[in-house]
Amino acid sequence: MSNATTMLGRNFKHTLRNPVAVFNAVLFPIVLMLMFVYVFGGAFDIDGKYIDYATPGMIVLTICYGLSATALAVNSDMTRGIINRFKVMDISRSAVLSAHVAATMLRSLIAIAALVGVAFALGFRPAASALDWLATIGFIVLVSFATAWITVALGLAAKTPESAGLVSVPLVMLPFLSSAIVPAETMGPGVRQFAEYQPFTPIIETVRGLLTGDPSTGSALSAVIWCAGIALVGYVWALSTFKKRA
Amino acid sequence: MVVPMTSSAIAASGLRKAYKDKVVLDGIDLDVAAGTIFSLLGPNGAGKTTTVNVLTTLMKADGGTVRVAGHDVATETKAVRAAIGVTGQFAAVDDLLTGRENLQLMAALKGLGSGESKRVVDDLLGRFDLTESAQKMAATYSGGMRRKLDLAMTLVGKPRIIFLDEPTTGLDPRSRRTMWDIIRQLVAEGVTIFLTTQYLEEADRLADRIAVLDQGKLVAQGTPAELKRQIPGSHVRLRFAGDVELDSAARVLTDATRDDEEDLILRVPSDGGAKSVRTVLAQLDAHSIEVEEFSVHTPDLDDVFLALTGRTSTKVSAS
Repeated sequence: MSNATTMLGRNFKHTLRNPVAVFNAVLFPIVLMLMFVYVFGGAFDIDGKYIDYATPGMIVLTICYGLSATALAVNSDMTRGIINRFKVMDISRSAVLSAHVAATMLRSLIAIAALVGVAFALGFRPAASALDWLATIGFIVLVSFATAWITVALGLAAKTPESAGLVSVPLVMLPFLSSAIVPAETMGPGVRQFAEYQPFTPIIETVRGLLTGDPSTGSALSAVIWCAGIALVGYVWALSTFKKRA
Repeated sequence: MVVPMTSSAIAASGLRKAYKDKVVLDGIDLDVAAGTIFSLLGPNGAGKTTTVNVLTTLMKADGGTVRVAGHDVATETKAVRAAIGVTGQFAAVDDLLTGRENLQLMAALKGLGSGESKRVVDDLLGRFDLTESAQKMAATYSGGMRRKLDLAMTLVGKPRIIFLDEPTTGLDPRSRRTMWDIIRQLVAEGVTIFLTTQYLEEADRLADRIAVLDQGKLVAQGTPAELKRQIPGSHVRLRFAGDVELDSAARVLTDATRDDEEDLILRVPSDGGAKSVRTVLAQLDAHSIEVEEFSVHTPDLDDVFLALTGRTSTKVSAS
């Protein structure tokens, strides 16, 4: 455990020293939100205020935007030889990987806190109770945990840092093809069906339901199952890839 | 842990490793006495790094047994890892951390307390002449500084057995000399060093014992002196302007041989000393034979390979 904490400190220092990672993880989602609310938002036909609709989606997008830095960090550990130093030391093998997951989650939570702060300033007024907020935070942690593990696995599987930069693109794109920005019903055929059945729609609907004080049990259940599945696949895949790569 | 001088720090027997159908290690037997420098000498692709990877638990062997610091590499992996330090061929430093932070990271992972960590880190920075750059990110370091930081990181926690995989490849002569001094100092403190190198000179200067690796097999093993006895000694190379001069020189210098690969070249066995060189030149002078070009050739890895395998190392690495 203390090894993992040491490695977490290392990974967090990396983030702070990488301006691109900080921009992508923290500032870009805020810029994106400003664009959707002030530039495109007026064109969408949403019941109620658009900021109240978009903020839950932006929260999930923020989690995904932070992932590209994780894939790159994991991959450069593997390709730069430092991993061999860790491997021949008497430290737990999963410490290296779980530290990346923890650093990703920490970064996401900070970015989401900043995003929600800006959303409030723009007029975001959720109807959530204190309990709903707690559930939201817990759920966000779960989503971040699951996506971080699958990203660690993808970063490990990528042959070069260049391709590692690409592996997180689908994870960044998926929320756009969900009900994050606009309701799925407004999308064209094909895209709409995809949006309805992909994991990010129930994930975003769960966050939205919790924040509007109207949680949907169906979405929540399906989202939690998706997250558990993604986390499990990511964890098993990451560990087996890690063992294989000398 | 005190290891008696007579015991083996590293003992391997019948080591085998193949990648798919390509055999990389084909039955390696090694025995390294504690407190000595052992050098594994071989060209690129001979299997040096694979050997290090197997001995340091990074890779599992397909066959054979290895004991490092008295522990079986396959079954007592943790105990082996706790006893060894490894510096690989490419500096394994964290570019985004400073020199000091890199060492602090190692100290934390080795479980040193904060007081001891500070003492050890300061000591290593001073010893490797890195104190001035301690606050700079490792990404800004030169190649020589990275190697030094890399080795310093390996030394955190005082490992008793240190593996150095081509520690001086790509270093300038001055940094190479510094690295050699550090290695000698470590052995003086009782550390066992397992060193791989492509340079005969390096193995010759540092090692107590040398093993020559070629295509996954050990083709020779012994002290530097024993090994060099198997190699043709140094010689003088003479180049002549034409066949007439070459023929008359060959008649005068009876122990000379013609070069197989180049025309107009004679090789005359010589210890390379001024006296023997003067004798050769005086003989040629006495017969008024003009020498176009003249050089003294000391044995290198190519000669070792030629003598031991009948092939030159460059041909080996090209195949």
